Order: sequence, then structure tokens, then C-alpha cells
Amino acid sequence: MDLLEYQGKQLFAKHGVPVPEGRPATTVPEAVKAAEDLGFPVVIKAQVQIGGRGKAGGIKLANDRHEAEEHATAILGMDIRGYTVHELYVEKASEIDEEYYAAIVFDRSAKKPMVMLSRVGGMDVEEVAETDPEAMRMLHVDPLLGLQDFHGRRLAFESGIADDVIRPVAAMLAKLYDVFVREDATLVEVNPLLITKSREVVALDAKVTVDDNALYRHPDVAELRDLSAEDPQERMAKERGLTYVKLDGNVGILGNGAGLVMSTLDVVAQAGGRPANFLDAGGGSKAEAITSAVEVILSDDKVRAVLFNIFGGITRCDEVAKGLIEAFEQIKPTVPFVVRLDGTNDKEGRALLAEANLPNVHTEATMLGAAEKVVELAG
Amino acid sequence: MAILVDRDTRLVVSGITGREGTFHSLRNRDYGTNVVAGVTPGKGGQDVDGIPVFNTFHKAVEETGANTAMVFVPPRFAADSILEAEDAGVALIITITEGIPAHDELRVYNHLKRGNSRLVGPNCPGILSPGKANVGIIPAQFFKEGNVGLVSRSGTLTYQIGNELAQRGFGNSSIVGIGGDPVPGSSFIDMIELFEADPETELIVMCGEIGGSAEEEAADYIAENVSKPVLAYIAGFTAPPGKTMGHAGAIVSGSKGTAAAKAEALEAKGVRVGRNPTQVSEIAVEILGARV
Repeated sequence: MDLLEYQGKQLFAKHGVPVPEGRPATTVPEAVKAAEDLGFPVVIKAQVQIGGRGKAGGIKLANDRHEAEEHATAILGMDIRGYTVHELYVEKASEIDEEYYAAIVFDRSAKKPMVMLSRVGGMDVEEVAETDPEAMRMLHVDPLLGLQDFHGRRLAFESGIADDVIRPVAAMLAKLYDVFVREDATLVEVNPLLITKSREVVALDAKVTVDDNALYRHPDVAELRDLSAEDPQERMAKERGLTYVKLDGNVGILGNGAGLVMSTLDVVAQAGGRPANFLDAGGGSKAEAITSAVEVILSDDKVRAVLFNIFGGITRCDEVAKGLIEAFEQIKPTVPFVVRLDGTNDKEGRALLAEANLPNVHTEATMLGAAEKVVELAG
Repeated sequence: MAILVDRDTRLVVSGITGREGTFHSLRNRDYGTNVVAGVTPGKGGQDVDGIPVFNTFHKAVEETGANTAMVFVPPRFAADSILEAEDAGVALIITITEGIPAHDELRVYNHLKRGNSRLVGPNCPGILSPGKANVGIIPAQFFKEGNVGLVSRSGTLTYQIGNELAQRGFGNSSIVGIGGDPVPGSSFIDMIELFEADPETELIVMCGEIGGSAEEEAADYIAENVSKPVLAYIAGFTAPPGKTMGHAGAIVSGSKGTAAAKAEALEAKGVRVGRNPTQVSEIAVEILGARV
């Protein structure tokens, strides 16, 4: 789960990472009130989970009430690379002296947390990696030992940051590591890590990703999930406990098992089609789950045809067939379906479908045959 | 021969008294796996269809000589259960549980690496050595003994590919699900190393997917260390960046972890990559010769 900037900063503050004072707002009057309470100048920042907010006009300095109102009005509802701004963060303006970069990432390859520090910050980090690779210093931390003081010192000394901030920057890395571990984060990124004119060290931005599998340990974070920012189909699927990812094509897809569904999307694309979604009905799917999944797929009005690709292991093909029959009774789909059932109880499943004689449902024996058929039907 | 599980396997199941745990333990036993014990704290002294249940792994190992564990408990108890099995000296710990927090997996991985126990999974379907033993949830009825070693990050996709191979007459030495999580206890490399040493295995099929760099690392390993033919399949060419595709580990981060990059890395090292499950079985025929 990706947090918004201000949510990340709230976690930072909880673990003692210095952040500028600020308040979230969802309306213009709220933003103006926040600005007045904080005292001008303030920065009004769009809260969206995408980089490049500044360039898109989503971050503005306001020196007075009038400017605060003007900027808040302009930014709320703005579209930033496909993300609509529903929330603002009003923050006390900081006096910038230097901008560094710090991050803690979950290094899957090394299977250890990796701490990163760069004396170049405030810009696209991948760009810095290309133009000035020496600027970025990184080291791995043994998760059983945790970040030691020497880790922070070593990074701070080796990164070439100003001498007077070596200690406070090292101290901030230790606190960011606390956030990473205690909040079950898989990413903690501060860009820029700000050195103010008075030489204070402050996290001016916060990008935090919390592990979905650990949200049960963090009910406060789980509550932050911004349902309004999610795609309506994805929200509907989540409420029904289905694993669904919206894509932009017109072939609806349902399969069992994440790998098989990914493979199904690929095979449909190879056949010249464009998948509308990823939907994993899961292992051991019962008829109700299938019915529910069909509803989610068809709630996307771009869908022109639907492919069921099932290889039954624990999942029984007769249950899948029952679910589809039930879905036809309840929803009466108008688009064609292609169904490929293989594995456990496949004969029973196919017999049920043949008996039900559903309108516009085609059965195919193979995955490739089914993909070709559904692409043809989707047009 | 086979790898990891066989007729010498003495299985202890953590979570045997749960609904799924009971169902699959008995299914594994019906297949011929020697299921010697279960562990459920507080239910020691009971039995599940004749399989004795113990309060601790230590007691289970002491009483039954269990050498392999299957962990089937809910995610919030799973890391603890794996660590307990390791502490009790269980050599192989196969974890089926999906949804374990990534930081728990980090701690478990780094701890186990210092000892002698091997973890397979989490979030995996287990290991099947056809004709010998089945530990986990793989539907064994589709597979027979043979010379293809199969290792995969995914469950159903493995069944799909295994079944395509079976239709062309190929059987399997062992089928290993290493799981779809970001920190798998065992990697492709670990399993490929075992298949390389297994006399029964003549072809290794690895089934990867988007996310991480395990496939790229395997490509380098294969080029340097593996004499047997290796054939690969990668799922997720159409996956958009930044979206988790079902498995917690299946995510393209920025430009990293794409299916195209993985296929390219493997092919650059001489590993053939099938573009769909059917093509994998066609290439297997080219490598090993037609069986049917």
C-alpha cells in the first residue's frame, strides 16, 4: 500500500523523523484555514501517488490568504498524469540550503534492507544514478542486527555531504530505518532530504510503501487506504476479496492462480487481443466466488468478450461451471464467453455447461484455442 | 531418484488440525507420503485420523523422527512456526501459507541461512516427487514419474505446464513450487543445483514470472554450472508496471523485473524460453525426443 506524502510524514513524525509542520485539507476553505493557522508563507501540495507533481503544477508557494485560496482552487481536482487530486497538504514553507536524498529499500536480490544516501537530491533519482553515479552511496543491513550507528556514519561520511550535518543525517537514517522496520514498510524514500538555511535536517517529502501482508499489524495505516483514488472495478473486487487488476483492453479474463492468469493475459496478447483485467479467482474457488467475479469483470463496460481459463487442481471445474451458470441467471451477460476447463472434474464441468446450454458460451479444449477464440469474438 | 521429498520423507504438519491442514495432510498420506505427526499448540495428545498431534515441533521430532515439515498455519503464525521447526532440527521446511509479512520473511530467511535447515516457499504449492511423495497441495493425479525436473514460482501455471508435458508423454522427477513471495526460502538456483545432481532428471524446466531478479541470477548460474538442458517459461509480459499481479512478489518496479528482460537474460545464456505453456512442451520434445 502506497501512502500519500502527508500520511508518510505522519509516520515519520511518530518515529521522530523531523518534518515541516503541515496539515491535510480536502476543500479550499480547509486549505486556507490550515495556511492561516500555520502562518505564511506555506506550500500547497497535491497529494497523489505519482512523481513529478511539481512540474505538473501541483506544488505552489502561497505568501498570503489570497494566494492560498487561488492555488488550492487550482490544484484540487487537477489531473496529474492520470491521478485526480482529491487531497492537499498545506505545509509551512522551508528555507532550502541543500537537498540530499535518502532511502531504505527492500532488496529482494540480497534479501536484506538496503540504505541509500546521496548528496544530490530533489530530482529524479534514476536520472542522478545515470549522470552522477558516484553521488549515491548504499549499503545492506542485516535484518537480524538492524541498522547500527556505524552504518549511518559510514554512509554520511562516504557520501560527501557537508561536515556539519553528518551527525544529524546519520541520526535521521537511523530513524528512517525504525520507520521501515516498525511500520513494515518495503520502501521509505526522502527526496529531498532538506538542509535548511539554519542547517536543520528535515524530510521535505515522504514516499512510504507499507507491505499489504502486514497491514493486520497496523490498523491505523490500513485505515488510510484511499478508496476514492482507486479504480471502481478494483474497489469492487477488493470488497469481494478477489485479486483483480484493471487493464485497458476489451477481453475480460478470469483464471485460477496468479501465474496462470498472467500467462493467460500473455497468450491473449499473443493472439492479437488486449486484456481488460487480471482476475485470479483463487484456489478452491466455489461457485459464489465465480459469480461474484463475473460481476466485477462485466462492470467494466469496455469488456466485449470474456475468457475463463481454469486448470483445476484444488479448484474443481464443476464448481466453476456452476458459478458461471449462476452468473448467467443473475446477471444475464450480453457479451460472449469462452470457457476452457481442464483438470479436476473437468468432464463434469463441461457436461454441466453443455446441459445448461448458455447463450453465447463457447467451450474450448486448449488454452491457446480459447485465447484465439476470445480475441476473435472481442473483435 | 527425486529431489527433496521421497520415500524417506517423514512429514510433520504444522496446522494439521485446521480445515485445510487436515484435508491436505490426509491427501498427502493417501498419495503415499509418510505423514508421521502434526503440531498444534494446545492440541497435543489428539490425533487426526490416526496421525498423532503434538504441542511442539520438538516433541514431534523427538517422538516420530520427523525430517520434513509442512507449514499450513495462518500468515501471522507462520514465521514463528518455521523458526520453531528449524529450532527443532527439521531439515526441510515446506511452507504453503500465503500472506506472510515481508519483514517476517526477511528475518526467517537470514536466520535459516546461518543454519542447516532448508526452507521451500512460502506461498507455494509444495513439492511432488511422482510415485514417491507429495507434500503440499499439488494435484498429483496429473503427474507421473519421469525425467523432467520442474521448478516454479507459481502453482496452477506449473500444473498447466506439467500437464502439457504429460500430454506429450513426459513425467517428472520432482515438481517444486518455490513460491510467489518477494523473499522465497529457496531460489531457482538452489533447485536447479539439486536437479543437476539428480541422476533421474534429464531436463530442467523453470517457470518464472515478473518481479525481482531471480530468473536473471539463475541464467548466470546455469551458464556456469549446469550441464543438463534447461528450458524456461516466463509469465507476465503484459503486466503493467507498479501493479502486484496476484503474487506478492509479482510486480514490475519501474523498469525492473519485466518478463522481457528475464527472457532476454535467459536466452543470452543459451536457455530456451517457450512463449506459452504449449511451446514449452514442444521445445521439450525437441530436446529429449518425442515420447508419444
